[in-house]
Amino acid sequence: MSAATGAAAGSIVRFEGASKVFPGRGRGAEVRAVDEVTLDIREGEIFGVIGQSGAGKSTLVRLINALERTTGGDVVVDGVALGALNEARLRPVRAGIGMVFQQFNLLASRTVAGNVAYPLEVAGWPRARREARVAELLDFVGLVEKAGVHPSALSGGQKQRVGIARALATNPRILLADEATSALDPETTRDVLDLLQRVNRELGVTVVVITHEMDVVRSICHRVAVMDRGRVVEVGEAYQVFSAPAHDITRRFVATALRDRPSPEVLERLRARHTGHIVTVGVDEVAGSSAVLTRTLREHGVDGTVVFGGITEVAERPYGSLTVELVGDPAAVESAVAALRDVTWVDDHGRAAV
Amino acid sequence: MSWDQLTPLLWEAAGQTAYMVLITLLVGGFLGLALGLGLYLTRPGNLLGNRFVFAVLNIAVNVVRPVPFIIFLVALGPLTRAVIGSTIGIEAFTFAMCFMATFVFARLVEQNLVSIDPGVVEAARAMGASPFRIVRTVLVPEALAPLILGYTFLFVGVLDMSAIGGYLGAGGLGDFAIVQGYRQYDWAVTAVVVVVIVLIVQAVQWLGNGLARRALRR
Repeated sequence: MSAATGAAAGSIVRFEGASKVFPGRGRGAEVRAVDEVTLDIREGEIFGVIGQSGAGKSTLVRLINALERTTGGDVVVDGVALGALNEARLRPVRAGIGMVFQQFNLLASRTVAGNVAYPLEVAGWPRARREARVAELLDFVGLVEKAGVHPSALSGGQKQRVGIARALATNPRILLADEATSALDPETTRDVLDLLQRVNRELGVTVVVITHEMDVVRSICHRVAVMDRGRVVEVGEAYQVFSAPAHDITRRFVATALRDRPSPEVLERLRARHTGHIVTVGVDEVAGSSAVLTRTLREHGVDGTVVFGGITEVAERPYGSLTVELVGDPAAVESAVAALRDVTWVDDHGRAAV
Repeated sequence: MSWDQLTPLLWEAAGQTAYMVLITLLVGGFLGLALGLGLYLTRPGNLLGNRFVFAVLNIAVNVVRPVPFIIFLVALGPLTRAVIGSTIGIEAFTFAMCFMATFVFARLVEQNLVSIDPGVVEAARAMGASPFRIVRTVLVPEALAPLILGYTFLFVGVLDMSAIGGYLGAGGLGDFAIVQGYRQYDWAVTAVVVVVIVLIVQAVQWLGNGLARRALRR
């Protein structure tokens, strides 16, 4: 699995106490957009950076290709410390890192092929090689027939695929995706995420995904960093972060991605409808599946009815929760809940006040 | 004077106007584009952001632009004499026109560049493009349509400036209309010149609109 290879490989981007402080406007206070971040991004992985807007994730990713310069600490890309380089020496570094943007940022004055050719012109490729490469890239993203069209004639998803083809043109080892799917509808989002996954798997490109959508992390990221007010508050395997979120912000993101936990209002209604003992039981790889739940209940002679919840995939592994009404002898229910606690987490909501 | 006598004079005046306007469009257009790019690039936060250079350019444009041209002509006198060797005649007048046109067009260029999505510039930077390459391959092509319209607007302004060429003995259509028409109480002559100027402006505007539309056809 690519997650495993990602874990085994060395780091390709390293933040070493990196900070970016913007001076305040007028008498306003300075803004610590990125605050002493230390982080490793491993070669070959899809790394997610999630946070609310204004958390500093866009600035963080721009430190990697030095569109923003650090004001403290350093960023090391492929063994090169960026802090020591001047603007002219940074240009080749940037050319070796692809970037896609939320608003696509295509040149309206150029055709699709012209846009994809742009970084090749910057890199000084001769025309013949350029044309061959553009054809190859448009084939990879499935837009061969759109080569001569201007971006204004494309849909959002097509524009982003052009953006990805352009970002890959010079065979970069790193691809930065800044909210690459945030302007797209859910179906197109899926297409673009699939494409990013292919870029990672087939071309071996390390992908750094910035997003405020936990769904994006859930579907493609191997590891994830959670940002809040310029700091990385949590970092780890996407699956671990999902199943055992350590920080409040993370818990909120998890809840938005998986609407499987009953809110207090939902719980209220469930209690009105169901008189039995209500519990929410985590379902993940550790707990196996709902089969474990069913077996445990049967062993204790308790009837379980699923009344809420859902199971989905995180990093291609099952993950979610089920809210179940338990009916049976109170002592049996008690011991069944205890048995479940041995294999997974259980939220005991008790029973309706009669 | 009869039209037999006037017609050659009218042609001569048209030739003088053409000389003044074309040179000013070339020189003022080129220098104005450069100055406008300078204003855009040095604006703090932009590619070559430099608070000091931007302030100098910005103040220079703001000082020159609002001065009425007829006063500007006189004020520029010493510089005109130093460069051209005289403060009167068509060369001296054209020099002043180039100067003013540069500053007028600079502001137009800057305003059109400001409307470019900064994200596109950022994308070019992310691909390793140098500032000069970004000017050449992103800023100018992306803003081409409004730049053409701005240049058309400049043409009308320059034609307007050329009308007072008679003040420095530069001749031109404006001078012809005043000397041969207004001062002779010959309203027909004035009217003819006005019609000619309106037709020229219409033709150029039509051409400019057409080119801008072509540039926008994407």
